[in-house]
Amino acid sequence: MTTSNSLVYLIALPLLGAIILILAGRRADKWGHILGTLMSASSFVVGLYQLSQMLGRSNQARPVTQKLFEWISVGTFKVDAALLLDQLSICFVLLITGVGTLIHIYSISYMSHDHDRRRFFAYLNLFIAAMLLLVLGNSYLNLYVGWEGVGLASYLLIGFWNQKPAYATASKKAFVMNRIGDMGLSFAIMIAFASVGTVSFEGIKEHVHHTSTGALTAIGIMLLVAATGKSAQFPLQAWLGDAMAGPTPVSALIHAATMVTAGVYLITRSSFIFDAAPTAQLLVVIVGAITLLFGALIGTAKDDIKKALAASTMSQIGYMILGAGLGPVGYAFAIMHLLTHGFFKAGMFLGAGSVMHGMNDEVNMRKYGALRKFMPITFATFGLGYLAILGVPPFAGFYSKDMIIETAFNSGGTKGIILGSVTLLGAGITAFYMTRVMILTFTGKSRWDEEVHPHESPLLMWLPMAVLAIGSVSSGFLLSRGDALVNWLAPLFEEHGEHSELLKPIVVSGLALMMVAIGVAIAFLKYSRQEVASVAPEDVSVFTKIARQDLMQDRFNEAVFMRPGQHLTQVLVKTDEAVIDGAVRGVGQMAMGSGALLRGVQSGFVRSYAALILVGAVLLIAAIWVVTN
Amino acid sequence: MEFSAPVLNYTLLSPMLILLGGALIGVLVEAFVSKALRPITQLSVTLGSLVLALVQVWKIRNEQSTGAAMGSVVIDGPAVLLQASILIISIISVFLIADTEQFTALAASLPGSEEERHALQTGNQVTEVYPLTLFAVAGMLLFPVSNDLITLFVALEMLSLPLYLMAGLSRRRRLASQESALKYFLLGAFSSAFFLFGAAFLYGYSASITFAGIRDAVVGSGGNDVFLLIGIAFLSVGLLFKVGAVPFHAWSPDVYQGAPTPVTAFMAAATKVAAFGAMLRIYYTSFANAQWSWTPMLTIIAIITMVFGSLVAIAQRDVKRMLAYSSIAHAGFLLTGVIALNKAGLEASIFYLFAYGITTVGGFAIVTLVRDSAGEVTDLNRWKGLGKRSPWVATAFAGFLLSFAGIPLTSGFIGKFSIFSAAYESGAKSVVIAGVLSSAIAAFFYIRVIVLMFFTDPVEDGTSVVIPSSLTSVTVIFSMIVTIALGVFPAPVLNFISTLATFIR
Repeated sequence: MTTSNSLVYLIALPLLGAIILILAGRRADKWGHILGTLMSASSFVVGLYQLSQMLGRSNQARPVTQKLFEWISVGTFKVDAALLLDQLSICFVLLITGVGTLIHIYSISYMSHDHDRRRFFAYLNLFIAAMLLLVLGNSYLNLYVGWEGVGLASYLLIGFWNQKPAYATASKKAFVMNRIGDMGLSFAIMIAFASVGTVSFEGIKEHVHHTSTGALTAIGIMLLVAATGKSAQFPLQAWLGDAMAGPTPVSALIHAATMVTAGVYLITRSSFIFDAAPTAQLLVVIVGAITLLFGALIGTAKDDIKKALAASTMSQIGYMILGAGLGPVGYAFAIMHLLTHGFFKAGMFLGAGSVMHGMNDEVNMRKYGALRKFMPITFATFGLGYLAILGVPPFAGFYSKDMIIETAFNSGGTKGIILGSVTLLGAGITAFYMTRVMILTFTGKSRWDEEVHPHESPLLMWLPMAVLAIGSVSSGFLLSRGDALVNWLAPLFEEHGEHSELLKPIVVSGLALMMVAIGVAIAFLKYSRQEVASVAPEDVSVFTKIARQDLMQDRFNEAVFMRPGQHLTQVLVKTDEAVIDGAVRGVGQMAMGSGALLRGVQSGFVRSYAALILVGAVLLIAAIWVVTN
Repeated sequence: MEFSAPVLNYTLLSPMLILLGGALIGVLVEAFVSKALRPITQLSVTLGSLVLALVQVWKIRNEQSTGAAMGSVVIDGPAVLLQASILIISIISVFLIADTEQFTALAASLPGSEEERHALQTGNQVTEVYPLTLFAVAGMLLFPVSNDLITLFVALEMLSLPLYLMAGLSRRRRLASQESALKYFLLGAFSSAFFLFGAAFLYGYSASITFAGIRDAVVGSGGNDVFLLIGIAFLSVGLLFKVGAVPFHAWSPDVYQGAPTPVTAFMAAATKVAAFGAMLRIYYTSFANAQWSWTPMLTIIAIITMVFGSLVAIAQRDVKRMLAYSSIAHAGFLLTGVIALNKAGLEASIFYLFAYGITTVGGFAIVTLVRDSAGEVTDLNRWKGLGKRSPWVATAFAGFLLSFAGIPLTSGFIGKFSIFSAAYESGAKSVVIAGVLSSAIAAFFYIRVIVLMFFTDPVEDGTSVVIPSSLTSVTVIFSMIVTIALGVFPAPVLNFISTLATFIR
């Protein structure tokens, strides 16, 4: 494989930025944001250079590697810290650094009143570096480092405004959910190492044919657990909405365009495992299907503009996961939707930030309305993103989402019909809640408070929005023209045979557009024709209430994860401190009579500890006895 | 009658002899040097002896001998690695011990008595902690290189007795400190009795007190198996007590909390290396062929230990108790290295011990820095917002906690990964699964502290971070560098360990 010495700069530049900004402290207040932006931009330039090099090589010679150093060597087990840039990772590199740089630029203005702006840029750079490591690592272990790194950076960024009280719970929830996911990844690595003997992508791919299906299924399921944690998929989706407590550029970068799509990357990257483990692959599809409906339903009931967008992100990533679960035919479409979504969703989040900027940080859409006149640029860019996510031709989502719907229908049999219907239904609900967001925010009568004076955002903020809007318009067309992306990624995935064609593409597009039209129409009837209350009405149906509570996901988590855990620890502590001590202490007290003073110091604890040792010794003997007989 | 002089081979014993010599000089210094010069003299003698011993260990690194002290002491690769680890950990711990603020002025006085007050007022600070440390370190060096049961027992007592005393030396909360010392002593004596009992049974089984003799008996399976099994079980009680494995752990939270923090740091880090070193040697050499009998027992102990330690740590409100339970959990992780019983397991265990020891000293060094007017603040609730007031100290502590949690790019990750993969290779899957699960649980409480320090608002109650002395800074910075370096570039150290880590028999 071709080697290159310049891959490391992709990561090193933003990492250097982060280090300088953290070490320089207050001294960097004046130029910190510029340095941070430059570092991200130069990483983007390196990415472009790598792309141009890659285009110059033949299909098979495109991947390049760079070995940094020997990382772990224990016995026969060796892992190098090495980078791999291939057709898949370059897509991510350009998305991360490109959208990342735009968001850096946006943040210069958005965060200009924050006296800790320099620190914010340090964390942003740290995030970019970690995310690049995630997509460039050549083994699961290197990926894991980046995986934990983006986790760290995202906690720092979600918690950046830690004066907000909601923050603590949000960060904790994000942490817990992600911890479960990370555990899945470490299990996957362990199983891969135990059953295949290596953890590099290349190595596992080579050995995949002489590995048992059971092991591959186990690895696949664990990888899926990891993906559900990081990508906010069912059943670990609850943290995403709360993570919106962080500054809006963070939501755009981390919770829309990049980090949350890491799960899709993981599954696509592990295509060789999932292709050989059909059960795991089926689970991927199921998770994707459930989440895409789940997220869409939550989106219909949210009044907080960022939370509505977060629910939408969850749902759109559900589409990608579903696509990735459909096997070789679906990978490329999943990635295509990921890229187009990166543009339009980041653009809409920045738009939401722009609205909040002009509305004194109000997030409740019921207090918006008629902003079209006051923020024409935001309206235009947000509107283009809106058309893209709906899948209206020729905007980006039309190409990517329709492909996934079509592939779902054509995946064969009843499964195909169910999946296809779910994706179609999702498209309809998406149209409904996005139209609702548009209407509540930009049209109708103004419902804002007296002291609010909406205004358009400054150049540095609308420029990135405009660039992303261009992407929302054109990326789908460009990526799918002549199957550009499909052919580009083809060498990485296994050949797939001819598949059945249940519905013709034109029929799928027609059905999808029909669903979208219905969704839009219902939203219009419901929100445009009648007055919108500026306070959320209470007398709503049971379903709305459930949807407002994120479909009971918090209650579910509490009942399933939190309570049993708390009980277990409490019981253990009690056993340790009360039961064992208490039992023996009781005996001790009787023996000691009323030595109250002595007990104050000694309290018989030593006896109980000694008794514990004795019990332990007896148990050891017993254990050996059992084994030997 | 022929009488031949014993062959001792002083070069191989020199690290221990240097320390014992230094300790004796320390006793003399305590008696004869004026009180103004005493602390600095003691510190120089102690550090000098430790460094000299380390140099000596380095010189004998390629020796392979079972013949030192007439066969009572064995020097081989693992011996050298373990001794070097113990010495390095001791040196950075002594930097913390040098803070005499932590120690009672007159240990012989009753808590709260007139004598105590007088000693404190006149600045008549006794410094017996230094020679005690040296005695303990000498015992720790001997523990993993003992080649027979008698030497092993002598070493055990040699390292334990000074530690019992040191645990009672705290200046503040002296009653609690003395209580913990007494507890430690009583329970230590109790477990030593088990240890001796086990040794006697092993002698009864093999008619030999040397490890090689026991091994031969196991291989030849000549003796009475019941004796062997009871012997292994009781000997294990003594060793498991020292490493703090459940259910022999009960002393450690109390003692960790009661002892002066520098002593806790030293005890937690160095004792673990010594005790696991001895355990690895005896299980890997003498008991290796009786694996069928003890693997299930140790597996159960390991699983209970790590799960229990991780879960109970979550409920702790005191930073020293939390670190104590974390150390219990780590004892469980380390037991997987013993269970692995292969070369990779030995290498991984040695790496883990060194990495964990350094991180532990660093962590406790931070604990010594957070104080109010009445001394150290160990209540976790009062650590809230530490990251805002003292970002560097809080960041360093977060780094150590992440290493305890086994997050990548820290030494803890490499340690856990290598020890678990060694155990997995040897087929001990259940223990690995329990290990990964409990490290996932364990991460909660480490991160909880990080969240507490960085993301909660500080409480105004006079808690502050003292400006670290230069010696404490050295400890913290050194520990931090090692923790990160072993996480990012562990390969040289792993390779070095790999070339040396083979027990000779």
